[in-house]
Amino acid sequence: MTTLALQNPKSRLRNFVVAAWLGWQIESNWTDPFLFAVYSVVKPISAAAILVVMYSIITQGNFDSPVFPYIYLGNTFYMYVGAIMTGISWTIIDDREHYKTLKYMYIAPISVPVYLIGRGVAKFIVGSISVTITILFGVFFLHVRIDPLAVNWPMFVLALVVGVLMLAMMGLMLAGVTLLTAHHYGAYGEAVAGALYLFSGAIFPLEVLPAYLRPVGYIMPTTYWLELIRRSLVGSVAQAFPTLSGLSDMQILGILVGLTVAFGILSIVVFRWCEYRARERGLIDRVTNY
Amino acid sequence: MNSEQLPVISQSPIAGRPHKNTGWRLFLQTVIARAYPRVVGQQGEKSWMFFDVLLPLGGVIAYVCVYKAIGAPEDYVGFVVMGGAMTAFWMNVLWSMSSQLYWEKEQGNLALYIMAPNSMMAILLGMALGGMVATTLRALVITIIGSLMFQVQYVVSSYLQLFAVFILAMTALYGMGMMFASMFLLLSREAWHLSNLAQEPVYLVSGFYFPIRNFPFWIAAASSIIPLTLGLDAMRQLAFASGPTLGFISVGIEIGVLAVLCVVFLTAAHFLLAYMEKLAIREGRLTESRR
Repeated sequence: MTTLALQNPKSRLRNFVVAAWLGWQIESNWTDPFLFAVYSVVKPISAAAILVVMYSIITQGNFDSPVFPYIYLGNTFYMYVGAIMTGISWTIIDDREHYKTLKYMYIAPISVPVYLIGRGVAKFIVGSISVTITILFGVFFLHVRIDPLAVNWPMFVLALVVGVLMLAMMGLMLAGVTLLTAHHYGAYGEAVAGALYLFSGAIFPLEVLPAYLRPVGYIMPTTYWLELIRRSLVGSVAQAFPTLSGLSDMQILGILVGLTVAFGILSIVVFRWCEYRARERGLIDRVTNY
Repeated sequence: MNSEQLPVISQSPIAGRPHKNTGWRLFLQTVIARAYPRVVGQQGEKSWMFFDVLLPLGGVIAYVCVYKAIGAPEDYVGFVVMGGAMTAFWMNVLWSMSSQLYWEKEQGNLALYIMAPNSMMAILLGMALGGMVATTLRALVITIIGSLMFQVQYVVSSYLQLFAVFILAMTALYGMGMMFASMFLLLSREAWHLSNLAQEPVYLVSGFYFPIRNFPFWIAAASSIIPLTLGLDAMRQLAFASGPTLGFISVGIEIGVLAVLCVVFLTAAHFLLAYMEKLAIREGRLTESRR
């Protein structure tokens, strides 16, 4: 019965939807809607405002430069990395250590990777609220010039969809690693997210990094994803820094899709291997009093 | 853990009869006992030290790179390194002071704390002192690595004032942490979210990565209620060549305000703790676990 349920696409879809609903309840029902709204607004805007203040102090408020939308949009869309990638891997810690339900997920007739990605949907929704609010705040109060008529919407939607899939698969890989680790809270997730922040040119160009570190950024799909998102929203941002200015939008999209497929395959392999090791070593239900 | 390391109950000269301390001796022993795991216990998992240093350092590197990309003066790099090191203290106050009693409640220790014949104030003080010592080590490592990595130039005008500012800022900050801990006593799952919420906004208003002089006066003045705001501003004025020109108010006034904050927060923590403890007992919330 379990095998049949796992092979049935309808069951997988139901599994995904229920996981998404569960994730949303966990994310949002800890308080009343007002405090949740404040929480969703204050945190991302404060993070963006730190960069805005830093930028305005040094440039004397030169918001016309393409450097500003480069930094602002890169930082804003990077929120998805923390929300989706780190969020999916955090589900392992949350379910294993906090709610102590991970073992029940493994004995239920569900696909655990589908369940984990489903839980990530709530993080995606919360992340999308934060991203939208931060962009609107930037447009209305911080001189971020996004002209809706000039935005390359098809490219934006395509880049967003590919990027979200890429982040979900990277989150799955991280979740696999988290299955094998104890005593580390979400440190692995935060460390990977922090490393991507540095090496993806999210808020500064790769040229600022020492030459021997730049190749790390060139193999990260997030580098191309953020560049494509920025270009689709504000075309002139491509001229802000020379990092990828020699590549056309389609070339960047091609590289992004290629790296997403490669990381997707790697994620499935890594997750399966880690899951096997976790089962073998009895780590699925290990509680470490985090 | 042996009796020399954790001398809560000492042996009396009369064999077989443990001597039970009371009064200030018990208070002091409770402080030491609660500080012990903060200083020594955390070193049990070496990788924590690695992550505790690595994660703030990542933020420091990112903000330094932003300043370099937009051509900021060199002292701003030093401001970021100093601010990045101080984030370790704010994180420690948020996660290991304010929300600590929530974790203790989740693990079932809180009821034991209340039942034991020691002072809750001593427990909070032990948490604060232990956390301060352990976090100072981490902040020092971040400062050294950041300074070496980006060749930060320090021009200290007064070591005595610098030391005084640091001690006052830490005392006021951990006093604030003790006060928050008592307020968090009633919280459940929301404690995690509230601590999470208090990170970036405080980094912003306290000027962790830039001088708060750039804010309008009243915003900077209001944010001075957080001890790290004036502490960081004064330390930057005392440690960097361009510090005095970028400072918010004079170091002397900042030292005075920090001293007042120390008294206010520690006193408030004492009274709030007593009140919240009674309230939590009355409402039966010391052992609840709302997941």
